Amino acid sequence: MGEITSLRDAIADLAFDGATVALEGFTHLIPVAAGQEIIRQGRRDLTLVRMTPDIVYDQMIGAGCARKLVFSWAGNPGVGSLHRFRDAVQNGWPVPLEIEEHSHAGMANRYVAGAAGLPFAVLRGYVGTDLVAQTPNIKPITCPFTGEVLTAVPALNPDVGIVHAQRADRAGNVQMWGITGVHKEVVLASKRSLVTVEEIVDHLDPRPGAVILPHWAITYVAEVPGGAHPSYAMGYSERDNDYYQAWDAISRDRDAFGDWLTSTVMREVRAILGDQA
Amino acid sequence: MMTIAAARALRDGARCFVGIGRPSTAANLARRTHAPDLVLIYESGTIGAKPGTLPLSIGDGVLAETADTVVSVPEIFNYWLQPGRIDVGFLGAAQIDRYGNINTTVIGDDYRSPRVRLPGAGGAPEIAASCREVIVVVKQSPRAFVERVDFVTSVGYGSGPGDRARLGLTGRGPALVITDLGIMEPDPETAELTLTQVHPGVAPAQATAATGWPLAVAGTLSTTPEPTAAELAALRDLNRQAGP
Repeated sequence: MGEITSLRDAIADLAFDGATVALEGFTHLIPVAAGQEIIRQGRRDLTLVRMTPDIVYDQMIGAGCARKLVFSWAGNPGVGSLHRFRDAVQNGWPVPLEIEEHSHAGMANRYVAGAAGLPFAVLRGYVGTDLVAQTPNIKPITCPFTGEVLTAVPALNPDVGIVHAQRADRAGNVQMWGITGVHKEVVLASKRSLVTVEEIVDHLDPRPGAVILPHWAITYVAEVPGGAHPSYAMGYSERDNDYYQAWDAISRDRDAFGDWLTSTVMREVRAILGDQA
Repeated sequence: MMTIAAARALRDGARCFVGIGRPSTAANLARRTHAPDLVLIYESGTIGAKPGTLPLSIGDGVLAETADTVVSVPEIFNYWLQPGRIDVGFLGAAQIDRYGNINTTVIGDDYRSPRVRLPGAGGAPEIAASCREVIVVVKQSPRAFVERVDFVTSVGYGSGPGDRARLGLTGRGPALVITDLGIMEPDPETAELTLTQVHPGVAPAQATAATGWPLAVAGTLSTTPEPTAAELAALRDLNRQAGP
């Protein structure tokens, strides 16, 4: 547990065709490099789970990895729409994408229930919205104590949960700080997990407000400096806002996206195959 | 004018749940002008953020660095928003109807085969339900201000008076809808959005023409005071820092 390995080997072992995979990171510490490794390894028919599908899920959807998306907000934050996601939903390109849609509060609570080993979570939410009619996983529930009618959503327990963090030590204990979103919840809720980190250090210096995940709660740790780019890792990098802006034009057009895919993510595949030939 | 009018609507000391884009600009403008003690809360979990520059996203590093505390996403929704600890929720909309219901999900009649797929709900349904009141900031046009929204992502007054209580929604609902032409408020009797204020140089007829239902106009219509030099300077400063 908390085994330190390469990104390539971790993804090869964890992600299988048809798996339910959650990559989390709320604007900060998004495991982008891990998502691109899933594209490189050619995984298909994934159920992708993420509160805020943004650039990395747009890339995975455009590359044809996903059969279904479970989410609460799909956009390019601060910029606009996700064009590969829209093309998949509106036109079924490159493959049709089934969607299961929630609110942030609903998704966050689904992870909490998953982490807690409970079958569902209760919240005040969704009432009066049209999401209730479109998402079968939103149900009313009556409080056994007060009789009040609340909302229930089922636990999320992905096959694989992946996050990025600042640091790990050599035993695979992980330390993260800043905006940690649902990092702890998704790792604890998932059957198996991977944390990519900026660096592996001899000793984790205590930091106020840091979240620690002990090595025995994690399947794999991989050192991937810059693995959150274009999002950021507080203390290591800044958010690359220009990349988010540039993605709008790249993703708008199928051919431009295809060129981007072959010239960036898949170039490494050719390099690897070339080495082996 | 829309941003300045939105900033003015925030009273000093209020606890404000801020979305990205115009709401964030307005909230930061308020903090730099009349409301230095405004508490900015972003759904990324940053409580009491005091950004020196405008963030591009709800999770920029500057929000975490300047916050009083940073909490997890489940905590921000469950402990802070859900029990009604937040005074004002600040929302945008792709479509809004005469009862202040908001659509940010799909344009078109068929959810499964939409004409335009929008980003979706995010935090909005629960912000609209649980904040003590909601301010909506949206540019006015007949495409945005529609008789009925194609999809209810966040509930305003539902189908009319009494609906919020019937649904068990704890907050008051949309108190102000601020546009580039003026301000609408719900009629106390009918809950229908009513034009109560126009910005300088705007005729009421412009606002009714830019609305997709027969917009009610208040008997006494006020005019938004002109922006002050201090407000304009603070806004320019914010936009300059935000970059080109």
